[in-house]
Amino acid sequence: MLTLRRLGCLMLAAPFAVQAAPPKVSEFKLDNGLKILVQEDHRAPVAVSQVWYKVGASYEHDGITGLSHMLEHMMFKGTEKHPPGEFSRIISANGGSENAFTGQDYTAYFQTLEKSRLKVSFELEADRMRNLKILPAEFDKEHQVVLEERRLRTDDQPRAKLAEQFDALAYSNGPYKNPVIGWPDDVAGLTVADLTEWYRQWYAPNNATLVVVGDVDPQEVYQLARKFFGPLKPSVLPPVKPRSEIEQLGIRRMIVRVPAKLPYLAMGYKVPVLKGAAEEWEPYALEVAAGILDGGNSARLESRLVRGQQIAAAVGAGYDLYSRLPSLFMIEGTPVQGKTLQFLEKALLAEVRKIQDEPVAQEELDRVKAQVLASKVYERDSIFYQAMQLGTAETVGLSWKTVEEYVDKVNAVTPEQIQKVARKYLVEDYLSVGYLEPLPIPEGTVAPEDRAPQGGQHVR
Amino acid sequence: MSAKSLMRIFGLALLLAASQVLAGPKIQHWTGANGSRVYFLPTEGLPLVDVRVVFDAGSARDGQQFGVATLTAGVLDTGAGSWNADAIAQRLEGVGARLSTGVSRDSAFLTLRSLTEPKLLDVALSTAHEILVNPTFNPADFEREKKNLLVGLKQREESPADLAGIAFFRTMYGDHPYAHPKDGDIDTVEKLTRDDLERFYRQYYVAANALVVIVGDVDRAKAQSIADGLLAGMAAGGAPPAIPEVPQPASANSVKKAFPSAQTHIYSGLPGMKTGDPDYFPLYVGNHILGGSGLVSKISDEVREKRGLSYSAYSYFYPYRQLGPFMMGLQTKNETAAEALKVLQKTLGDFIAKGPTDKELTASKQNITGGFPMRLDSNQKLAEQVASIAFYGLPLDYLDTFVQKVEAVTTADIQRAFKARIDPARLQTVMVGAGDADKPAR
Repeated sequence: MLTLRRLGCLMLAAPFAVQAAPPKVSEFKLDNGLKILVQEDHRAPVAVSQVWYKVGASYEHDGITGLSHMLEHMMFKGTEKHPPGEFSRIISANGGSENAFTGQDYTAYFQTLEKSRLKVSFELEADRMRNLKILPAEFDKEHQVVLEERRLRTDDQPRAKLAEQFDALAYSNGPYKNPVIGWPDDVAGLTVADLTEWYRQWYAPNNATLVVVGDVDPQEVYQLARKFFGPLKPSVLPPVKPRSEIEQLGIRRMIVRVPAKLPYLAMGYKVPVLKGAAEEWEPYALEVAAGILDGGNSARLESRLVRGQQIAAAVGAGYDLYSRLPSLFMIEGTPVQGKTLQFLEKALLAEVRKIQDEPVAQEELDRVKAQVLASKVYERDSIFYQAMQLGTAETVGLSWKTVEEYVDKVNAVTPEQIQKVARKYLVEDYLSVGYLEPLPIPEGTVAPEDRAPQGGQHVR
Repeated sequence: MSAKSLMRIFGLALLLAASQVLAGPKIQHWTGANGSRVYFLPTEGLPLVDVRVVFDAGSARDGQQFGVATLTAGVLDTGAGSWNADAIAQRLEGVGARLSTGVSRDSAFLTLRSLTEPKLLDVALSTAHEILVNPTFNPADFEREKKNLLVGLKQREESPADLAGIAFFRTMYGDHPYAHPKDGDIDTVEKLTRDDLERFYRQYYVAANALVVIVGDVDRAKAQSIADGLLAGMAAGGAPPAIPEVPQPASANSVKKAFPSAQTHIYSGLPGMKTGDPDYFPLYVGNHILGGSGLVSKISDEVREKRGLSYSAYSYFYPYRQLGPFMMGLQTKNETAAEALKVLQKTLGDFIAKGPTDKELTASKQNITGGFPMRLDSNQKLAEQVASIAFYGLPLDYLDTFVQKVEAVTTADIQRAFKARIDPARLQTVMVGAGDADKPAR
């Protein structure tokens, strides 16, 4: 089946038993507060090492948005010991690949290496955890690179522009209203002093988690980490303000008009996530609801709206239960030619209503759970993905153990629970709706210079 | 998830690598019951299997019906045997299997990932078999998939990056079957009929034109039954004619297309090399130094690190059955487009004129050989490697000899190969962004 770009499709769990030894995670903590998680995977002589910091766009306040992401870029620009560019050259000469990414709730750095080279990663990461040197000349150039990144990822992408403005509409006071890459003026106004202070505040072993997955021995990893990270001094971390989003009291709507070819619809409901959930089962029920809507080609949106009624050329539903603060249950779609955004919105709302009104059939539920279980096996084919899950869970303030519980918790979700969360959260008062209305793309005109950036995850 | 590396996956996907570290994965090969070629690599550790069925039926086989290969592959799983699209999706997803179809310029493929538990695997395989051997090309499904493809083609036109990529291939390949976008054009897709798809299917989805790749936790006997079962009943057919040779452009060419974007997207390159090319190793290792190794490559260093002109700047060889593209690319704000292009082309020119230094060559070899185990560290990556080796007829010990062939490359080899293949005076260049359009790209 041909699929257009769509929201990352979810997950799935199951009525059959699958034999695969569960991965074992070992947990350590150094005296300076650094947490270490090690998961063994001996299928190939390789290891991935990730350092996760509890800082990201949602820690920023107005006027300095984009600071965490800009700092992430500068983390490759030298320390007292290593001049700019040497970090990457050393990793490369050791056969490694590396990168970093910034999200709302984290900033993370990683290397993938042949297992015997793990110490190369530790030595360099430990060095830049406390000894970064932000040189003004390097900052000036990288500032330009980040502005180019904004143009590439947001300014010139109609849907990214909608997504950015959508978040700013859906959230009133909560920090997720700001894009990870930052608002244009904020990014342009960042200074070396801003970055230096941000680095001093947040980059410390007691604000970080080291995750290693691969062909390693946990005790050896621990000893190696102790050698390189052990001598680092902890910091006194600033308190993180709660900044809870105020209650939404009615539907919110927006239109974004930009030069584009296709109309596009985004809808988001305010929902709880695992962290801070009053009822732990609720996020899992929302997760399954997303699977009922969009867990593959047999799921409702694809089978009813793309195939059956042929209203949408592409549809998706998405929900991420691993964030630090409550977030959005998203539904999005592109209407087929000849159908309006209003028409598509009505059809999507009708599907939401069916989840509220009718219990999900057991067969449908079983199919979602079968996919969850299979996905759990498939994702173990990637050491990187496994490390991502552990790092994310830990950094948003859950334990990595929640990753292990996932299949059982999803399996426990009942049709009644799905109805309950749909009636409680997927309601009009918590809904924001954004329409992308295309303007003609003029031939031969010159574009306005700078415009705004976008949310989501940003990679160096 | 890494955008930086994703941009490059385009180029990396076909780069095959090797290591003694993995003690040489031993690919088994035989001819299946109905004449198809089968490649099998057993793996352990996870109860899953990756299956790929590959046909020489990519967009280079479109003829004048640009898009027919893509739409044929896209319609396959919307109706087969007695099942409609819903039944197919329910069968697969009910056992947690993942199936997808698609095309490249050279090939069409079906990929299936399943758990190995026999009850589950059998359902996944029997469904894939019907999709491959008994697709129905139901008119209603055809019309819907065609409309949705057209929506996708329209979306390309809001992306300066997509428009630049399409214009670059057209400029570089002229009338060659590699020239048009693999998903076709709006006007050619609009004309396609259900019968066009069925005709394409009957000609190319045949056993003599098929190969089956199986990588996973199954034994040889099971692999044999998987391969034979998947293609049972498929017409024997014949192998298609060779794709024509790619002519080199006679002179440099530059195309500019105005687009209301903040950035200008730039591609510059030439037809570069074939899969299995005798110059593969010098060109691959040389390009690793030039623009293929991320932030430490010369192009990224000159464009991004030294001047802050672009978020991503790179060069790649992308080998096809016939000469695939050598392409350099970047995006930069409109005002600095001319400057960035100059830096890009000067970096290439200097590299060809002077060749790499010993130090640069050593650093690249260290990265390639030291990173070899990472190319084979998952079932999925192994399946991709085996499929490339199989489809392009590379030796089965390709992965065993890769590292030593990389090690054998000299600076002189690189300079000679680049001089022979890449003539900077003939570069084909496309720029899409704001500015004067001196010539509209197609």
